[in-house]
Amino acid sequence: MSILVNKETKVIVQGFTGSEGTFHAEQCIAYGTNIVGGVTPNKGGQEHLGKPVFDTVKEAVEATGATVSMVFVPPAFVADAVMEAADAGIELAVIITEGAPVRDMQAAKAYATKHGMKTIGPNCPGIITAEECKIGIMPGMIFKKGNVGLISKSGTLTYEGANQVCKEGFGITTAVGIGGDPIIGLSYKQLLPMFEADPETEAIVMIGEIGGDLEIQAAEFIKENITKPVVAFIAGQTAPKGKRMGHAGAIVSGSAGTAAEKMAALEAAGVKVVVSPAEIGKAVKEVLSK
Amino acid sequence: MNIHEYQAKQIFAKYGVPTPKGIVANTPDQAAKNAAELGGDIWVVKAQIHAGGRGLGGGVKLAKSIDEVRTLASEILGMTLVTHQTGPEGKLVQKVYIEEGADIKDELYLGVVLDRAKEMPVIMASTEGGMEIEKVAEETPEKIIKVAVDPAIGFQGFHGRELVFGLGITDKNEQKKFIDFASKLYRVYVENDAELIEINPLIKTGSGDFLALDGKMGFDDSALGRHPEIEDMRDISEEDPDEREASQYGLSYVALDGEIGCMVNGAGLAMGTMDTINYMGGTPANFLDVGGKANAETVAKGFEIILKNPNVKAIFVNIFGGIVRCDRIANGILEATKMVDVHVPVIVRLDGTNALEAAEILKNANIANVIPATDLADGAAKAVAAAKGE
Repeated sequence: MSILVNKETKVIVQGFTGSEGTFHAEQCIAYGTNIVGGVTPNKGGQEHLGKPVFDTVKEAVEATGATVSMVFVPPAFVADAVMEAADAGIELAVIITEGAPVRDMQAAKAYATKHGMKTIGPNCPGIITAEECKIGIMPGMIFKKGNVGLISKSGTLTYEGANQVCKEGFGITTAVGIGGDPIIGLSYKQLLPMFEADPETEAIVMIGEIGGDLEIQAAEFIKENITKPVVAFIAGQTAPKGKRMGHAGAIVSGSAGTAAEKMAALEAAGVKVVVSPAEIGKAVKEVLSK
Repeated sequence: MNIHEYQAKQIFAKYGVPTPKGIVANTPDQAAKNAAELGGDIWVVKAQIHAGGRGLGGGVKLAKSIDEVRTLASEILGMTLVTHQTGPEGKLVQKVYIEEGADIKDELYLGVVLDRAKEMPVIMASTEGGMEIEKVAEETPEKIIKVAVDPAIGFQGFHGRELVFGLGITDKNEQKKFIDFASKLYRVYVENDAELIEINPLIKTGSGDFLALDGKMGFDDSALGRHPEIEDMRDISEEDPDEREASQYGLSYVALDGEIGCMVNGAGLAMGTMDTINYMGGTPANFLDVGGKANAETVAKGFEIILKNPNVKAIFVNIFGGIVRCDRIANGILEATKMVDVHVPVIVRLDGTNALEAAEILKNANIANVIPATDLADGAAKAVAAAKGE
């Protein structure tokens, strides 16, 4: 078992024929992902990487029955692509593109939600169900099949965490890179219950960052709803203050979004919080051998 | 990206958000000329830097004659202004804004920012204008009114009514003026892809008009491509030269005050590396994310920028290759040792895509200063030891 995607999942690629789309789609196919086609306007009818290309998402969905889209289109066109996917009945859009304007993502996510489409990202490594389905840009070889679910804002910390889990002799069910932009799709609060419900997942690793309050919300949620052990790391304990958004953002969320605050909230919720990302693997071993 | 007060007010004016009249100056003579052009008998001379708290730091002064404008401008121009937002090193004032004096009856606060939880812009207003809003939020949070606006419907009458009733504005004419002000400011926020707007204070004059006495704006960097007129407002002198140079090579760099230089791929792992160094008893000298497109040239540039900092006693290169290929980083390290005098130990941990090839490249090159590490913990421990001269 796994969450959200598996080897049966039919995936299309938006921005299929571009250089990024091509490079990563090829890697995904090699990993075993069931990529059934792609979309690039004005290239419909062609074949790319041995898969059919369509002009529109609607045509791609009708012809292939795809339910998931991996989005690689350039930042200025991301919102359009995501809304097109939602309109065409796609169930999950995994948005890899970095640098999409916040206002565009706000509109795209609101539209996706209205149409019942889930989103992951933008600016994220994607989602991978180990040894079954990779939808994104992560190095597939480090994700061995196992019993640990992973949720991370950071791409490279996803790899770091998964690598340590596997080196300790465990493995990954599904790993989700949710991205760290101001507006993102699925977050801890939506993914945690999926891992809780997944019979194969026995422990969950949660990697967060300074800023915003998603980790605080997650802590509250874990306290009430999650029975499986959770290991967490929050990056940015030593980061200088106020480097991204000013204090006005912190006022809105009612908290400053510091690492210390998030770590305390998670600890209070019974989560095993590590101070260094180098301790993630050991902590997983500890909670799983209890 | 942030802009100056005078630039924010230019944008406000374009949308009909009322501001006092003012003209920016680079010299005392220009300041005096501006005051004469504005007319009246009282002017405010305001230092233009990208930081709040200018008044308390001595960067905002009242003048009652043209001569006084010239004198104050000559004092403020060229001064290093230190406020609670500049850090102890302060900021050099290169421009002053000469503004007509205003008849202040009440001082309010008005801001617009993204509410991440609600995923829509939120308008914040307070009767406690002129104070540090962070302090108000901490001590009397009930005095800040927050009204989220769904961009799908835009600013409606009920949003405005929530604001004026929350602020206790009872005069119908004043209510109308304030709602008009707030609705225009919301448009400024949305149409310019702002990340933040703050007006502190927003004043009510003796005649019941509302004016933006101050203006602070920050923008979503990802959206600047569609706002060339805002990109043109960029003041390079306000940015850290090393951070700026780094960004031209696709590197994201922030200087810190420790001893161990860091070169990492991905912001999360970069912060995690700093945290690990700290946890093991060392101090990070910088944050440096080489990004997803790192090559030999960018890595060499990264070394050059890190080594400009004289406090650096060791460098920890920590790469977990996904999109970034480790062999490219290894070649970058070789290039760097040819281009830059790397006089400190370099601890290298390369994992992920093409890690084996990378290890081979470094092994064959056999550079004296390069110390390989097996994982994050090993690399951090070696870097901390090297910085201590062990």
